[in-house]
Amino acid sequence: MSIVTVQLGQCGNQIGHEVFNSLCRDIRGTHGLCSSREDESYRDACKERFFCQEGSAVPVARAVLVDMEPKVISQTLSLAARSGSWKYNDHSHFCQKQGSGNNWANGYSVHGPRHKEAIMNLVQKEAEKCDRLGGFFTIMSMAGGTGSGLGAFVTQCLRDAFPTSFILNHVIWPYGTGEVIVQNYNSVLTLARLYQSADALLVHENDVVHQICAQLMNIKHISFRDVNQVIAHQLGSVFQPTHTPGHSDYSRNPLGDLMETLVPHPEFRMLGLRNIPQMPENSLAYSSFSWPGLIKHLRQMLIANAKMEEGIDWQVRPPCPGSSIPSSHLTNKPLHFNTSIANLVILRGKDVHSVDLGSFQDPSLYTSWLNPQDAFSAWKTPRAFNKYEKSAALVSNSQFLLKPLDSIVGKAWNMFASKAYVHQYTKFGIEEEDFLDSFTTLEQVISSYTTL
Amino acid sequence: SRSGGNGPDIYKGKICSLKARALLIDMEEGVVNEILQGPLRDVFDSKQLITDVSGSGNNWAVGYKLYGYQYRENIVEKLRKTAEHCDCLQCFFIIHSMGGGTGSGLGTFVLNLLEDEFPEVYRFVTSVYPSGEDDVITSPYNSVLAMKELNEHADCVLPIENESLFDIVNKINQMINSGKLGSTVKQNTLVTSSAGSAKILQEKPFDSMNNIVANLLLNLTSSARFEGSLNMDLNEISMNLVPFPRLHYLVSSLTPLYTLADVNVPSRRLDQMFSDAFSRDHQLIQADPKHSLYLACALLVRGNVQVSDLRRNIERLKPSLHFVSWNQEGWKTGLCSVPPVGHSHSLLALANNTCVKPTFIELRDRFMKLYKKKAHLHHYLQVDGMEQSCFSEAVSSLSDLIEEYNELDATKGGPRTDPSRLKIAI
Repeated sequence: MSIVTVQLGQCGNQIGHEVFNSLCRDIRGTHGLCSSREDESYRDACKERFFCQEGSAVPVARAVLVDMEPKVISQTLSLAARSGSWKYNDHSHFCQKQGSGNNWANGYSVHGPRHKEAIMNLVQKEAEKCDRLGGFFTIMSMAGGTGSGLGAFVTQCLRDAFPTSFILNHVIWPYGTGEVIVQNYNSVLTLARLYQSADALLVHENDVVHQICAQLMNIKHISFRDVNQVIAHQLGSVFQPTHTPGHSDYSRNPLGDLMETLVPHPEFRMLGLRNIPQMPENSLAYSSFSWPGLIKHLRQMLIANAKMEEGIDWQVRPPCPGSSIPSSHLTNKPLHFNTSIANLVILRGKDVHSVDLGSFQDPSLYTSWLNPQDAFSAWKTPRAFNKYEKSAALVSNSQFLLKPLDSIVGKAWNMFASKAYVHQYTKFGIEEEDFLDSFTTLEQVISSYTTL
Repeated sequence: SRSGGNGPDIYKGKICSLKARALLIDMEEGVVNEILQGPLRDVFDSKQLITDVSGSGNNWAVGYKLYGYQYRENIVEKLRKTAEHCDCLQCFFIIHSMGGGTGSGLGTFVLNLLEDEFPEVYRFVTSVYPSGEDDVITSPYNSVLAMKELNEHADCVLPIENESLFDIVNKINQMINSGKLGSTVKQNTLVTSSAGSAKILQEKPFDSMNNIVANLLLNLTSSARFEGSLNMDLNEISMNLVPFPRLHYLVSSLTPLYTLADVNVPSRRLDQMFSDAFSRDHQLIQADPKHSLYLACALLVRGNVQVSDLRRNIERLKPSLHFVSWNQEGWKTGLCSVPPVGHSHSLLALANNTCVKPTFIELRDRFMKLYKKKAHLHHYLQVDGMEQSCFSEAVSSLSDLIEEYNELDATKGGPRTDPSRLKIAI
């Protein structure tokens, strides 16, 4: 089954490019550490999922590129073509000249309706090229105007045009001390809308990835490219082919499997992502890992809500079994223990089949209303990913994003109370009431996750 | 735009077929003629001029009411022609001075006209404000009358004061003459260099001063013209820096003012660039943003500067700056890969900050000094369409603006009580 990627805005396009780059590099490498039959199977599955290939021609990414100004798309297309190992379809892009001015209302209410037909035509064309459409993967930042506003609109259009397809929104959360002054408004408006149209939101926070670059990758002068490459690696660790339990072939419905496993309830759609180990490529040769060690770290990262494999708080422990968790956590105490709804662990590389994941099935990790057997899934493949002899990824529907979400809503509300910048939105048809509706939706989400 | 033919746009270093998308307006011919005979003569289309002979006599009313109405059709026609050549018209830049008659009067008339004829297109105004020792006696009148128009019809105003430009030019001169910079400074790379050496700096101060403003506009548009990892378009500037429609006055600063010979600039030098952007003597008006209240701040970096450099400096400088309670962490940032010519990197800072208030208060004071005595008023009132109410409305508009800044300043340093969040019934 194939996934159509929709790259929205500058961020979406820059990251999308790194994702396809990373996927391609992974399948071209000779570091699979598995049988050649397995490797071939993996490569074929990856290609079917993300690329379209005619004979011996260069694989073409199954992607639609959208932006309201031309520079980024132009650069993205040429960078891909220059790589020589993959490219984008020459016609699968749509851009304008104006930009969205960081204005969500402009992206959503003006550009959206105006360009809906042209954009959906491109999506339809890509969808038709797939033998079997597995769903859509949209990439956007929520801070700007195009990715966020137009992105929210396009997601809605996807939902309307493909009611039975899976939609996973990959959303980039901006640095806390801004990139855009109205980023919190744009974020609130985006998240509220996406919550209604998408199946799930997979989140990366710039602040977190930046720290990974600084502390784990040892990069001195971190560029957006560095940040995007880490994000692409993490996404690859989730979306490259794996075997689901009980199946010897590679899974053919990754998005569907993901949703089924991680989103049991429509009120809870926020997914966080962790991937270990993470280190500079030139250190890889000198490092060796043990699965027990990796699993132990990953589990503690989950429980203690650690953003990366450094500075993990080992003091945090799950609550004792049998103790009642109060139904209302409306206290001022920081929530040290990260309660999960559902978790998915993905293991790649040497000796995966011998790994013991019992510690992730501990019922005390989870909220009480799901059977722990249903709350946890594991996908595996012996095929190593991106030169890491062993790598473990965790996709988690838990309280991971509760604090960051609360922070964004808090700052947006603070600004909204003074009505600052609101005139910029009403100018394009987004009224105060629309803001209030969005705040209400998100406060509900926050409340739901808080009382897990 | 290209004037035709498929030949190269630049031949032997001279621009030959690129034409500025510009309209040159002056009610005297001297300056425009000089441009058309100078090295840029081929860049300007001779049909895109509107000139007259007698000038506006440093009288806003003559510029606005007399010439405005006289040349209205002509101006609209020429604007439409230039607009037709644009695939996508996003923004107008109006460049003028406030203290005289043409730039101030006819200039703000054109501003009004742009709003009527092209309401969707952003209007960015670069205004040169008169200094206290301005030799035009009526400059306070002209400036205050023009301010009302800027308040009501501009999307964004970048005020510039000659005093600041002059100080910057002098500072650079001093640095050169003292020999302190020595071999670290590249030849001809001063922000003030137009044609060349330091000698020219002293002979034609306005050229050097104007060059700073030119660089401001270059940096402002750099992200729209060149690629980068975090683009910042002109419409984003207005969106992020104007929280309330009338508070659209942005204080700008440019660094570095000269460039170092060493292309691989060590981090400390880079950090110095960020520090300088917030120092009083780099601002293009007489203002000190550090000790006033920020409503919003934008940083547009050009060259080999990465997001980590940007973040490090924001974290470093933030604690010493005062931000309004509803925007404690809001920064607008842009990264453009292409540096200015001759430099390895540069920074443009735009601040919506209450430090503009003293400039406006002083302007009002100078206005009132004349107005109380009705000095020179008759020169204005004798122009058709000009009434005393124009004056009272203008100063009232200015006072309202000052009051808005006062109210904001009153919140500075006060206790912060965040508004209570919406409560959800469980």
